Amino acid sequence: MLGLKLRELPRTFSTPTMSLTRHDVEKIAHLARLSITEHEMPVYVSSLSRIVDFVDELSRAETGGVLPMAHPLDGQHQRLRADEVTESDHREKYQANAPAVSAGLYVVPRVIE
Amino acid sequence: MLHNLFIGELAARLSNRQISSVELTRHFLARIDRFNPALNAFITLTAERALKDAADADARIASGERGPLLGIPLIHKDIFCTDGVKTSCGSRMLDNFVAPYDATVVARLRAAGTVMLGKSNMDEFAMGSSNETSYYGPVQNPWDVTKVPGGSSGGSAAATAARMAPFATGTDTGGSIRQPAALTGVTGLKPTYGRVSRYGMIAFASSLDQAGVFARSAGDAAAVLQVMAGYDPRDSTSVDVAVPDYSKDISKPLKGLKIGLLREFFEGLEPRNAALIEEALNIYTGLGAETREVSLPHLPLSVPTYYVVAPAECSSNLSRFDGVRFGYRCSNPQDLMDLYKRSRGEGFGAEVKRRIMTGTYVLSAGYFDAYYLKAQKARRLITDDFRSAFEKVDLVIGPTTPTPAFDIGAKMNDPVLMYLNDIYTIGANLAGLPGVSVPCGFVEGLPMGLQLIGPHFAEAVLLNAAHQYQQATDWHKHAPRGYE
Repeated sequence: MLGLKLRELPRTFSTPTMSLTRHDVEKIAHLARLSITEHEMPVYVSSLSRIVDFVDELSRAETGGVLPMAHPLDGQHQRLRADEVTESDHREKYQANAPAVSAGLYVVPRVIE
Repeated sequence: MLHNLFIGELAARLSNRQISSVELTRHFLARIDRFNPALNAFITLTAERALKDAADADARIASGERGPLLGIPLIHKDIFCTDGVKTSCGSRMLDNFVAPYDATVVARLRAAGTVMLGKSNMDEFAMGSSNETSYYGPVQNPWDVTKVPGGSSGGSAAATAARMAPFATGTDTGGSIRQPAALTGVTGLKPTYGRVSRYGMIAFASSLDQAGVFARSAGDAAAVLQVMAGYDPRDSTSVDVAVPDYSKDISKPLKGLKIGLLREFFEGLEPRNAALIEEALNIYTGLGAETREVSLPHLPLSVPTYYVVAPAECSSNLSRFDGVRFGYRCSNPQDLMDLYKRSRGEGFGAEVKRRIMTGTYVLSAGYFDAYYLKAQKARRLITDDFRSAFEKVDLVIGPTTPTPAFDIGAKMNDPVLMYLNDIYTIGANLAGLPGVSVPCGFVEGLPMGLQLIGPHFAEAVLLNAAHQYQQATDWHKHAPRGYE
């Protein structure tokens, strides 16, 4: 049976040791391509640790033999559409939202020296 | 006054030419001018376009066309793409983004002759339960401006409650329609996953996101859902199931309806809130419904499950924001990596970054099985609990939220405390079920919501039950003081 009841859900968190280190968070931020400022870093170390501790409640659930569920409706499968042209060219309209374009191309910092 | 009329009443007046859509639109625009400065419910106002669309609706009416929403003003949550109109999703990342096309929801409502007054404020990328994570500042609750309106669709909820429009669209990934509807005293409907197209609705968690409606009655919500619902080949998870007439059986007597009381929803509920739900159950019993207790033993897993699944999907979806094709770009990037990292670091707010990182962590090598796969298994257990419950009852009932609206700022320092606010709403998202929140009374002058959850595609049953409750009560007719 589950060890967790609604009324017993943790209300306050005073984890003495953080479950994630600064190094962990730096690694995650890099994988997620997010710059985190010096000022923000301690806040993320502590709040992400809290979240990880919280979702760790899942480890107490008995899930032996249960199939993972990826979609809320049964019997759904990926549809394929007919291989027909359905859209016209909207390049100019779409590129109007781009930070930098040149001759119809998106501009980024030099990648290959 | 016009702003207290329900959609059906407004449509009748438009139809018999007692009022014009332009007059109606001006009336609501004037209310927005008057009330929005104190509420901050909007990110963008589209007054000029609204008056033009209203004139078009009037021309359609003059030519003999009639429709349940023809000429009715509305507000779209700023998560829906609106062709030629800024679509920010509450984020600095998209502060400069003008959508190049209409979301299907927008296109359908537009074709029905609705008039968009503006785009409503929301938690950034719909990640929040209080509307405090918006780049455009928090929305205030019209019942008490020191309180949150709930989130993430806080602007749509506050605007509907303040009668700045007859209805508004919203999206519900973990409760983002039902929770703010409860906290602002309006009716909020989250349809079955796949019932309403997600095309053009900026994605947060694709297996959970669903569009729905805020209105002042179940009858109004039915009229709006009628237009929003339906198969869309442009959304690969849109379901090709016929759309029933949601208004046809809305007044059907409830005799014999089997209602399940969710035992778990009452655990730890404050006595005053529990009393309101008990009172609502008495109304239902009086209307001929039968109530019995049902249990969802795995429900306590729903919040941790959600806060693995949703951030995982969010981290994938939000990888599209790279500072290259659209959205915010940092200044003077040193190289491509710097451009990605700083554009995302500066363009996203704190909660969005937190969720992206949570998702990145649970999907990363070595943690995938322990978190993501485990959560997907727990999701099935929760879904199976609901399925067993619906073998015994037609719908289940409980509170929408554990408490009424809380103070602005009260939960911003503890993300987990904020997440727990979604405890009653998240289960329906994980299982893809439809849910509706209707006002059911007040605690210390603040509205509370009664939540009804039904089996897949049982929107008509929910709307019938909600409508009959609203015929027997008048909680949904209460307006916040000063907004009558």
